[in-house]
Amino acid sequence: MKSLIGAAFASAISLVAVTAHAQQTVNMPDVIELSGPGAVSGTNWRDGVTLAVDEINAKGGILGRRIVTTHSDTQSNPGVSRAQVQKALDGDPYVLLGPIFSGSVKVNMVLAQQAEVPQFTGAEAAEITQTGNPYIFRTSFGQQASMPKIANYMRDGLKAKTVAVVWVNNDFGKGGRDSFVREMGTRGIKVVADVSTESGQVDFAADVVKVKGANAEAIFVYTNEEESARFLREARKQGIRVPLIGETTLLNQKVIELAGDAANGVRGHIGLSAEVPIAAIQEFKNKFNKRFNYLPDHNAIKGYTAIYAIKYVTTKIGKFDRKLLAKTMHGLTITPAMEPGILIETTWDDKGDIDRISFLAEVVDGKQKIIQNLPKLGK
Amino acid sequence: MTDLIQLLVAGLATGAIYALVAVGFTLLWQTSQTINFAQGEFVMVPAFFVLAAMKFGGLSFPVAILVGIAASVLILGAVFKRLLVDPMIRHGVLPLVISTIALALFLKEGVKEFYGAEAQSFPALWTTTHVTIAGAVVSLQNLVIIGVAVVTIAVLQWFLGRTRTGRCMQATAQNPALARILGIRVERMILYTFLINAALVALASLLISPIYLAKFSNGETLGIVAFIAAIVGGFNQVRGAIVGGLLLGVIDNLVAAYLSTQYRGAIPLFLLIAVILFRPQGLLGRAEERSV
Amino acid sequence: MSALGNSVRGIVAVAACAVLIAAPFGLKPYGIYLLSMWAVMTIAAIGLNLTLGYAGQISLAQASFVGIGAYTAAILTTHGWPFAAAFFLAAALCLAVGWLLGYPALRVQHHYLAFVTLAFTTLVFLVLRNEEWLTKGIYGISNIPRPAVFGWSTQAPRDFYFFCLGVLAVVSFAMWRLVRSPWGRAFMALRENPMRASSLGVDTRRYTLMAFAIGSSLGGLAGALYAPLVQFIEPTAFALGLSLNLLLMVIVGGSGFFFGPFLGALVSVLLPEWLRFTEGFYLIIYAAMVMVLMVYCPAGLLGLAERLLKPAAEDRSVLTQSDKDPGA
Repeated sequence: MKSLIGAAFASAISLVAVTAHAQQTVNMPDVIELSGPGAVSGTNWRDGVTLAVDEINAKGGILGRRIVTTHSDTQSNPGVSRAQVQKALDGDPYVLLGPIFSGSVKVNMVLAQQAEVPQFTGAEAAEITQTGNPYIFRTSFGQQASMPKIANYMRDGLKAKTVAVVWVNNDFGKGGRDSFVREMGTRGIKVVADVSTESGQVDFAADVVKVKGANAEAIFVYTNEEESARFLREARKQGIRVPLIGETTLLNQKVIELAGDAANGVRGHIGLSAEVPIAAIQEFKNKFNKRFNYLPDHNAIKGYTAIYAIKYVTTKIGKFDRKLLAKTMHGLTITPAMEPGILIETTWDDKGDIDRISFLAEVVDGKQKIIQNLPKLGK
Repeated sequence: MTDLIQLLVAGLATGAIYALVAVGFTLLWQTSQTINFAQGEFVMVPAFFVLAAMKFGGLSFPVAILVGIAASVLILGAVFKRLLVDPMIRHGVLPLVISTIALALFLKEGVKEFYGAEAQSFPALWTTTHVTIAGAVVSLQNLVIIGVAVVTIAVLQWFLGRTRTGRCMQATAQNPALARILGIRVERMILYTFLINAALVALASLLISPIYLAKFSNGETLGIVAFIAAIVGGFNQVRGAIVGGLLLGVIDNLVAAYLSTQYRGAIPLFLLIAVILFRPQGLLGRAEERSV
Repeated sequence: MSALGNSVRGIVAVAACAVLIAAPFGLKPYGIYLLSMWAVMTIAAIGLNLTLGYAGQISLAQASFVGIGAYTAAILTTHGWPFAAAFFLAAALCLAVGWLLGYPALRVQHHYLAFVTLAFTTLVFLVLRNEEWLTKGIYGISNIPRPAVFGWSTQAPRDFYFFCLGVLAVVSFAMWRLVRSPWGRAFMALRENPMRASSLGVDTRRYTLMAFAIGSSLGGLAGALYAPLVQFIEPTAFALGLSLNLLLMVIVGGSGFFFGPFLGALVSVLLPEWLRFTEGFYLIIYAAMVMVLMVYCPAGLLGLAERLLKPAAEDRSVLTQSDKDPGA
């Protein structure tokens, strides 16, 4: 039912946007996964964006102009996302938001780059910031930032010499697996089992059997939420004792809730999460839950902080200049003191990647517990 | 050895679900030439009826189950038949296929919009303890699923073979025109198959949702596997569906564990192609005669 | 065909052609992109219409042929081969694969064929996804170049659209001739009653196979155009979902009608677009509309149009005779 309200709200905003005078609004279209496999991530992002937009508009908008955001569904399909981005670009936007699926971003960022429109995305694949596109910016860690941190933990913290990888066979999972395996290679840790799973898979008995047979010292799990929960349960059931390590998703509140007891003892790197004990994030979480009736995941934070970053920079440069926005973003650091909506101090490098503190966590008694704060790489 | 038992039990449990879903699918096809491409979504929906009854109606879990089953039988059985199948059945198979494809999309997107895109945990009907058989740790839930499925299908077989109504339904499936002449109320028999299918998918839903978690996209793979199980087992025999289902569940697990996980989905497909080309009546089915 | 029916058809055809040629000049790049997508999907749907609407074979494999065509074109053109070679190779390859698939598959009837082709599509998807060395797997192939046709570059949206439109025109013309030829009549005889056709001396096996293979090669052609249109391809675009979508296009437009695929592709590509303003509900409304259409007019939109234009004509349901209830 909340979506009906959300839809009515969004329609109302669109209607108002149509009738409002062009000079009093700024157009920031959002192209995001609202159906298909990416629906959960995309919905979170959309709602995070909506929360930020409404908050800013309630205070007078950016430089006196109201933000107008339309959300277009990519159906988790890169071809559709390309079309939607084309449509968004036709409307002469200030900034483009989304998508989250790396496959989609790789395709449509070419269009945004040609049109010289800055694009803010939550996608994690490493290649996105490696093609020399001066207009792409992330509000999430790229895999090239998160994987080395995990790999270091495995080498120094766990002192593991062999590892098994369990990954979901889509571009999210494969990208993570490829990054991870590379990092393992440079540290001399042997990958003894490489198990691919299907999105939507239910029965993990075979995968656990395979992993058990490989006798690795640690297991790295990189799948989507429900599959992570199911895997954890099966692993617990079959008596796996070696450490299970993950990256953000595996330690998600949703996964913990779905996996129950089986999640206890899982460790991993968290780039961003609504559970970390930082006041600004907890406040955000409560606001979000109150408005939308469900708890946000990291994708909601990605969307929320993107809008506030745009607002901060635009206010700083004093005008709506796309090129200048992009130029200013490179090398910029925003702290919560400068802009509360950024929630955590974030720095962007010259490629559009972010540098932020992150966390090493363990699931204890059904809750994420931070065992170590990992500083920014650039400090 | 323990691994093998592990895989077998897990495979049988998943296969038992496929069997339940495949049986309903087969029944629909036999009596009314309905290929229901929404069968997977039919399994996904009842869990949401139950969840909605608890969340919006404030009902307790046991009561919600009853409400959920009743809603399924009514909507996925009777309403489905009256609104979608009846008007189209005269026009052949294809329009109905397209409608069920559209129905699948409708149900999937409907649940996503009106309930939510996230996976929902579903209360288990039995305890989630484990038992150990010959060294392999097996979930009690899985054993219960296998048990319930086998019992259900046995009851169904008995019903179809030994009761008057059941035999009338079989007659309707084999030759509707003749059945009509013999005084069998064909329309009513067809309605019964739809109701039975709805009950079966509701049962399957209740069994799997605690493990699968209720999510709007659950129906996608389940539907396809059910078709394959039905065909491999034997399209014109209810017994065939259970054999097909169990076989598929076990094979999938064995292939994934001992061969390749990337191609685990390919084996059921090869099996399907092989069965259709070389033994179209399925492993347990009787060869069909075609009328000119 | 009554004189009124003929002139209505004529006017509609001329008007449609005019719109198709003039439209891109008034549209933004997104609109032109949609039109190009419509043209590409229509070609694939025409192929399926031949297999299904005219020859009566339920094929769920069309998506895999579009995929094979797209990957052929993408792999070749990103390695420097000229587009023309890739284009014809895609069509030829799909013709061959279609023939090879059809040979054993067409021995089984209707719903069984549907499942065999369903299995084939999913298998092709698995291969496209897992064989990274060839297809770059789940990451897909990007930066697919747009061809230069006789020296005229199709890089710009409008130019590429006219290229697609041109191919569509050629394919339509070829299909028109095929349907009107003795082959076409043989196909239709197959559809109405295969056993009777066989008893009359029509080599059912050969004609069905031919229809299936030609339909598949048209799918390949469509794929070879899809790749440079989107300029990025990945395996999930060519899975079962696309087959079901194409099937929907053919039936909704009107199976067995010549212009059915055009109309069906229009509905499938444009309707979700027009409904987008409803935000999360557009797919629900789209699905509901398809169901309502099927309930009221299973012969599709053109069947509906025909019913309206010729109210006194007898029921010309173009669906297979043998599928109907024998007791009815």
